Amino acid sequence: MRGPLLFADIDTPGLPTIDVYKKGGGYAMPAAVLGKKTADEVIEIVKLSGLRGRGGAGFPAGLKWSFVPKASPKPRYLVCNADESEPGTFKDRELMEKNPHLLIEGMILAGYAIGSHVGYIYLRGEFDYIQRILDRAIAEARAAGLLGANVAGSGYAFDIHTHLGAGAYICGEETALLSSLEGYRGQPRLKPPFPAVEGLYACPTVVNNTETLMNVPHILKHGAAWYRQWGTEKSPGTKIFSVSGPVVRPGNYEVALGTPLRNLIDETCGGMKPGFKLKAVIPGGSSVPLLPASQADTPLDYESMNAVGTFLGSGGVIVIDEGTCIVDALWNITRFYEHESCGKCTPCREGTYWMSEVLERLEHGKGKASDITLLADLADNILGKSFCALGDAAAMPVQGALNHFRAEFEHHVTHHGCLANRRRDEIAAMAGAAS
Amino acid sequence: MSAHVAVMSAESLSSPTLSAATRAEITRSLACYPNRRSAILPVLWAMQRELGWLSPGALREAARIIGLSDSEVFGIATFYTMFNLKPVGRHHLQVCMTLSCSLMGADRLFRHLENKLGIGHGETTRDGRFTLRRVECLAACGGAPCLQSNFDYHENLDERAVDRLLETLE
Repeated sequence: MRGPLLFADIDTPGLPTIDVYKKGGGYAMPAAVLGKKTADEVIEIVKLSGLRGRGGAGFPAGLKWSFVPKASPKPRYLVCNADESEPGTFKDRELMEKNPHLLIEGMILAGYAIGSHVGYIYLRGEFDYIQRILDRAIAEARAAGLLGANVAGSGYAFDIHTHLGAGAYICGEETALLSSLEGYRGQPRLKPPFPAVEGLYACPTVVNNTETLMNVPHILKHGAAWYRQWGTEKSPGTKIFSVSGPVVRPGNYEVALGTPLRNLIDETCGGMKPGFKLKAVIPGGSSVPLLPASQADTPLDYESMNAVGTFLGSGGVIVIDEGTCIVDALWNITRFYEHESCGKCTPCREGTYWMSEVLERLEHGKGKASDITLLADLADNILGKSFCALGDAAAMPVQGALNHFRAEFEHHVTHHGCLANRRRDEIAAMAGAAS
Repeated sequence: MSAHVAVMSAESLSSPTLSAATRAEITRSLACYPNRRSAILPVLWAMQRELGWLSPGALREAARIIGLSDSEVFGIATFYTMFNLKPVGRHHLQVCMTLSCSLMGADRLFRHLENKLGIGHGETTRDGRFTLRRVECLAACGGAPCLQSNFDYHENLDERAVDRLLETLE
């Protein structure tokens, strides 16, 4: 068993087929819940469970559902955010590939709770093969009467469509995702109004991450108290962490929230690869500030991560070794945000470009002492000054690196090169190719 | 966002002839949404799957199908990086260069591919077999370094694994 809940049966052969999924107890919930419990009762159970959004923001799922206006005459939409674009994160891909019916069951229940009759699964463009897996599973569910005009004989109507993006990190941001789903360039919208009030086609919409929705059938089956056997008071349940970098066993692991980060790396992932020593960890996807090895004992829950100045985020744990130059690693991250900025807001569009420029010259030993303050100033002028969180996502890793590894930046200025960099030859070749 | 320059030949400006299967796929897509505009990405995907790339003529055809202006569709197609606005090789090698892959040797791997194929980023081999491209995170960080050949994921790569892969791609 690879994990207590979502990963308990994930490697069961044939699980993507409806027969195997049902044999393991799947699809019991629509018949048990629809028409037997009210929508408000479903929302209340999810609220009591304390389930928080697993896409990155950690917003309480039940509370988000309760924001959908009850009196609105407009149709309501449920959207599954399966864009999974945050660097370091690859959990939703495995979850959908191996257990598509659990997502469908979760969406049926969430759809019922918010009074929606149509759900969309927005997949990143690279997940073409996942779309085929999901479409097959959706067709099976329709044939079994679990989607369509009369879900599980309850009289409740609900259907799901998959929608393939086409290469844009920004479409993981919920309002940009909705713009993209409506057929526009994937640019974010100002909030408020929040999607719960005015989302897809200006109708009440709930956008939930894949992993969040897949927790819902388990919570309704076993109850809120059962779900709270894992995790902490404020961060209940389990979470899937995607671990990458030079560890012995990189991959997806489901652990109880509150597990120390060091246990995940040293025990679950078998520690660092031989010859590598831990230097820093990005705990929640490339958008969050990194932690130095000295803080690796921090528990993996929302509050503990905030207390040390970072975020649990999407659970994309990127492990950085002693041989890696922090300036080089940060330059890579900043290039990513420069590439992915949608161009709408000036601080993000221009700021990410300039941060990359400054980091490039620092990394190549051509930076000045004033570049370090310039970098901090750029990050400060992006943070909180754009429509969406992409700008913040670009600024926060810079601030984290400067907080914890300022000496490495200074070394680049005084010694015109890296303190340590096992990628030195690769970088020299890149500089040669660029000139 | 990176926009690619479209090739403006007379042929690329004409409307493409789409197969019955692609037409049927487009009709199915249109039925999934309360308005036609939402189907623009599915329509562009269906066309690219059949044609390999989206010529100016194909983009105009998509605009006609959806009922949008040509300029709106050009604006959408250039926003998303996965739409090929010029022809690509039979095997579109998209090598992830983002942090987790970079930590595990992506830059070395990319240089190996450049040397082996004799082409750089965004270029296509003369025989039309391969196009090489640096891309951002593919959500396969646990199998770093990785690449996608068209839509197929290949993970835990090194120079030897890439050499073996290239041999299998005709």
